Amino acid sequence: MELMSHIRIRDLSVRHGRTEILKGISLDIPDRKITAIIGPSGCGKTTLLKSMNRLVDSGDGIEVQGEIFVDGENIYDPKVEVTHLRRKMGLLSQKPQVLPMSIYDNIAYGPRIHGIRSRKKLHEIVEHYLRVAGLWDEVKDRLGSPASRLSVGQQQRLCLARGLAVEPEIILGDEPTSALDPQSSQHVERCLQELKSDYTVVVVTHILRQAKRIADYIVFLYLGELVEHGPAAEVFANPKNARTRSYMTGEIS
Amino acid sequence: MFPFSLLGQRGRRTEEGVFRGLMVFAVFLVVGSLLLIVLTIIWKGLPSLNLAMITRTPQGGYYLGKEGGILNAIVGSLYLAGGATLLALILSLPVVLYLNLYTRKYSPLANFVRFSFDVLWGVPSIVLGAFGFVVMVFLGLKTSLLAGIITVALLEFPIMSRAMDEVIRLVPRDLKDASYSLGATKLETALKVILRQSLPGIVTGVLIAFGRGIGDAASVLFTAGFTDRVPTKLSALFQPVATLPLAIFFQLGTPFPEVRQRAYASAAVLTILILIISLVSRALVKRYTKHTIR
Repeated sequence: MELMSHIRIRDLSVRHGRTEILKGISLDIPDRKITAIIGPSGCGKTTLLKSMNRLVDSGDGIEVQGEIFVDGENIYDPKVEVTHLRRKMGLLSQKPQVLPMSIYDNIAYGPRIHGIRSRKKLHEIVEHYLRVAGLWDEVKDRLGSPASRLSVGQQQRLCLARGLAVEPEIILGDEPTSALDPQSSQHVERCLQELKSDYTVVVVTHILRQAKRIADYIVFLYLGELVEHGPAAEVFANPKNARTRSYMTGEIS
Repeated sequence: MFPFSLLGQRGRRTEEGVFRGLMVFAVFLVVGSLLLIVLTIIWKGLPSLNLAMITRTPQGGYYLGKEGGILNAIVGSLYLAGGATLLALILSLPVVLYLNLYTRKYSPLANFVRFSFDVLWGVPSIVLGAFGFVVMVFLGLKTSLLAGIITVALLEFPIMSRAMDEVIRLVPRDLKDASYSLGATKLETALKVILRQSLPGIVTGVLIAFGRGIGDAASVLFTAGFTDRVPTKLSALFQPVATLPLAIFFQLGTPFPEVRQRAYASAAVLTILILIISLVSRALVKRYTKHTIR
C-alpha cells in the first residue's frame, strides 16, 4: 500500500457549461503530508478540492470527466456510495459552517448518522475531538449552547472537530483560515500540522506565506491547468516553470 | 449624462424628499386600512359580543335574532382549517424538500412545479369550491367536514408550498455541503439541518395558509355545508360542519339589524382567533430556534 497514495487523480476535467474549470489534471497526493493547492483566484483550486469528495456534483450544470482514485477505488464510478466516500474526508470551508444545533450536537451529528447511539460513546467522541481541536477547555461548560454563538475562530475549530469525529482519513481545507483573525488562523494551522501524522491533509490557500509555513507538497494551478507540483522546499526554492516563478514573485496573482 | 445629475445637489434632496413622502404615504395607507378594518369590526360587533356567543350553539331561530351563539362555527372552523392545514403540510413539505434538494436549480421540472403553484395560487376560491364539489361527488361524499378539509387543503397547498420554498431556498449551499461532507444523505440533511434552519419561515408559511383557510367562505360553501351542531365524534368527519365565514355570510344576509350586528361580532371572533394562533405559534417557534444560524 505504501506505493499507492490515498488520492490519485487521473486526467480530471471539470466543465461548467462551456467553460473548462479544470483541464486534464493528473496528480498523486502524498499520504500523511500537507499538500497545498495554490494559484491565482479562479484557477480551479476549490473545484479540484471539491471534486475529491464529489461536492462538485451537487453544483448545477457541472460535468466531470476523468478519474479520481481514493483507496484504489474510482470515486466517479456510479456504483460508489457517495456518503461512504465523503465520510473518509473531513471538510473545512472558507467560512466556518456550523450546523443549526448545539455545540455537542454539532460534533455528535456525524457519528449519530453513522449509527452510534450509545450516549457514553458519543460523549467520549465529543470530548476527544474537541480536545484534538483545542476547543474543549473553552466550551466544556456550555456544550448545550448554540454553536452559532461561538466566535468565528472557535467555530472553525468546531468544524474541524466535527469533521474528525466521523473518523476520516483525509482532511480537505478550502482556504480554512481566510475568515479568521491571525491568532485563530495560527491555531488552525497548528492543528493541521499536528494532524498530518495521522491524516492526509489537502489545503487550498491563496496565501503564499501560509503555504510556505505548513505545506510539504505544493500543487500550482493556473487557469485550470496543473502547472507544477512537487515537494514544497523544491518548488519554492527552484520553481521549474516560468509561470510558477512569476506567481511566487507576485507578478501574477 | 444622467438626467438626475443635472438636478444638482438641491434637486437630489427634493427627489429624496418626494420619494420618502410617497413611501410614508404607502405605509399609512396599509396600516390605516388594517386599523380601519379591525376598528369597524369591533365597533359594530362589540355590542353583541358576549360570552354566550362563544360558548353556546344556536338555539333555534338564532339567525332570526333569538338566543344562542356561534360555538358550532368556531369549533367547526378550527377543525376544518386545522385539518386542511395539516393535510396541506403533509403534501407541501415533501414537494418543497424535493424541489430544493433533489432537483437542479434551473431544472425544467422545478420551474414547472413552481409555475403551477403560482397558477394554483391565483385560482379564485369559488372555482376551487366548485372543483371540490366535483371531487366530493366523485368520492361519493356529501357536504361534510372531510370534503371541506380536502377543498381548503387545495386552497392552502400552493400558498404554503410557495412560502416554504422561498425560505428553504435561502439555506446557504455551504450549510448543506457541511452536512453532506460528514457523509449525510440528502434526506438526513433535509430533516436534521434544513428543516431546523428554516423552521421560523416554515411556521410563517403554515400560518399564512391557515389564515387564508380559516377565513375563506367560497371554498366551503358547496363542500362543508352548515349545521347547528358542534362536531364531537370522529363520524362528524362525514357530517356537514359549520364555519365562521359562512356564519358571517348568513348573518349579514338577514334583514334583521341585530343579526347583522352579530355578523360583525363573529368577524371579530374570527380575527381574534387568527391573532391568538399566530402569537402562540410564534412564541413556540422562538423556543426552538435558538440554534438557527443567522
